[in-house]
Amino acid sequence: MTTTAMTPAQGLRMPPQGPRLFAARDPFLATHLDTYGTIPDVTPAQLLEQVRISGLTGRGGAGFPTAAKLETVTANAPAVVVANGAEGEPASRKDAELLRRAPHLVLDGIEVAARITGAGEAFAYLRPEVVPLVRQALAERSGLRITVVAAPDTFVSGQETAVVSALAGGPALPRFSRHRIFQRGVGGRATLVQNVETLAQLALIARYGGVWFASAGTPDSTGTFLATVHPVGQALTTAPAVWEVTHGLPLRQVLAGTAGRPPEELQAVLVGGYHGTWLPLPAALDAPLSRAGLEPYGAGLGAGVMIPLAKSACGLELTASIAGYLARESAKQCGPCQFGLPELAQNFAALAAGQVGRSGLDAVRRSTGLVEGRGVCRHPDGTARLIRSALRVFGDDVLLHQHGRCLARIGEPYGGVL
Amino acid sequence: MTRPLVVDWTACRGRGLCADLLPELLTQDHWGFPENRSRGPILVPDELEGPARRAVRMCPALALRLDAELPGPR
Repeated sequence: MTTTAMTPAQGLRMPPQGPRLFAARDPFLATHLDTYGTIPDVTPAQLLEQVRISGLTGRGGAGFPTAAKLETVTANAPAVVVANGAEGEPASRKDAELLRRAPHLVLDGIEVAARITGAGEAFAYLRPEVVPLVRQALAERSGLRITVVAAPDTFVSGQETAVVSALAGGPALPRFSRHRIFQRGVGGRATLVQNVETLAQLALIARYGGVWFASAGTPDSTGTFLATVHPVGQALTTAPAVWEVTHGLPLRQVLAGTAGRPPEELQAVLVGGYHGTWLPLPAALDAPLSRAGLEPYGAGLGAGVMIPLAKSACGLELTASIAGYLARESAKQCGPCQFGLPELAQNFAALAAGQVGRSGLDAVRRSTGLVEGRGVCRHPDGTARLIRSALRVFGDDVLLHQHGRCLARIGEPYGGVL
Repeated sequence: MTRPLVVDWTACRGRGLCADLLPELLTQDHWGFPENRSRGPILVPDELEGPARRAVRMCPALALRLDAELPGPR
């Protein structure tokens, strides 16, 4: 694939109608430029101003305002830019799908971030299976040197301090440091770690401006986001769908497309992935997918993962299996996480199996409190959030399980099934 | 002024000296790791700064740090 040089006049394009990130019909550079045009030649300060106006927040899960992060890193220059596509969350597919369909938007975003922060070096830290796709895209373009690094397939490999450690040639494990990575990260330099989707959105803001960006979505959650929506009642390994969703869309509309099951037949949905929050259904069906819309449920969009649960399935059982996975994914560096997560998972599994009475719930609550805020990364906190939301949303089922029964199998003696 | 006492959880081995030196603020969980008596960050008031500094100095794993100000978002 070859490209012809464009003059600025030829390079300008109208913003895409409909999907923004998924507007191009193939991943090649010529199509990318044909769809989006080139990035206008404006100053770093002007670019940053547009990001501020856009209200863009990080799409990796934490939702931190991107302009503030860019500003801090710029103030601590010289800087390094890292595109984070580790996507260690096994239920998430959106970063891989974005890199498959629009790698040049992500690479553009890296260049825009480097321009704003004055970075002369950049990394793309990616799930191994997308590395060849990104290398292919890089071969089509010139400009900033971007080093591609494969991230190990672990849950915590994408935590910011783990990314910095991995890029320095160390293990991809969260690290304790006196300094924040935006002060001192890769090679001792201020480091901007941004999720790949955040960078792709940045590439659009650099072209069409902050006002355009915020013209979709809600005042507190601007623009679109990528959602990984799982089919109902399938094993979590089944290929989920990745959709570009406008912030503020009611949850009902996203769930309507899941495996042909009407949303009314669902009892809950896990929003935000394994570190996410269960939302009760049908109560939350009309909740807008935005910060303000999910706040009443103590939830956030996280990295946009949605796992619906049918009425005929047991939410405690699914939560127990996720908790077991999360316990196994502890990096085993921090004592309360190393010992606390297995204990928590075990206590929760006993509760879900209907093997314990009232004391089982107390044990779960106690072990949840013992992991919160007691680690070098967010893994224990995220696990605690999942557990607390399960106890809240499946409260009736917790009571039934204490008596050896289960809401999903009313009338069946649980002990007899197992 | 209160200062946060920061635990490097990757270094802490739960020997318990800190809980011994700062019983007003810390206890030990059942594995021996320091546990804040109140929720959230461990905040050291002025009158406990002496014992807190001693805990930082004496920690066998060098896992404690007394910061000057509250941590920002991580």
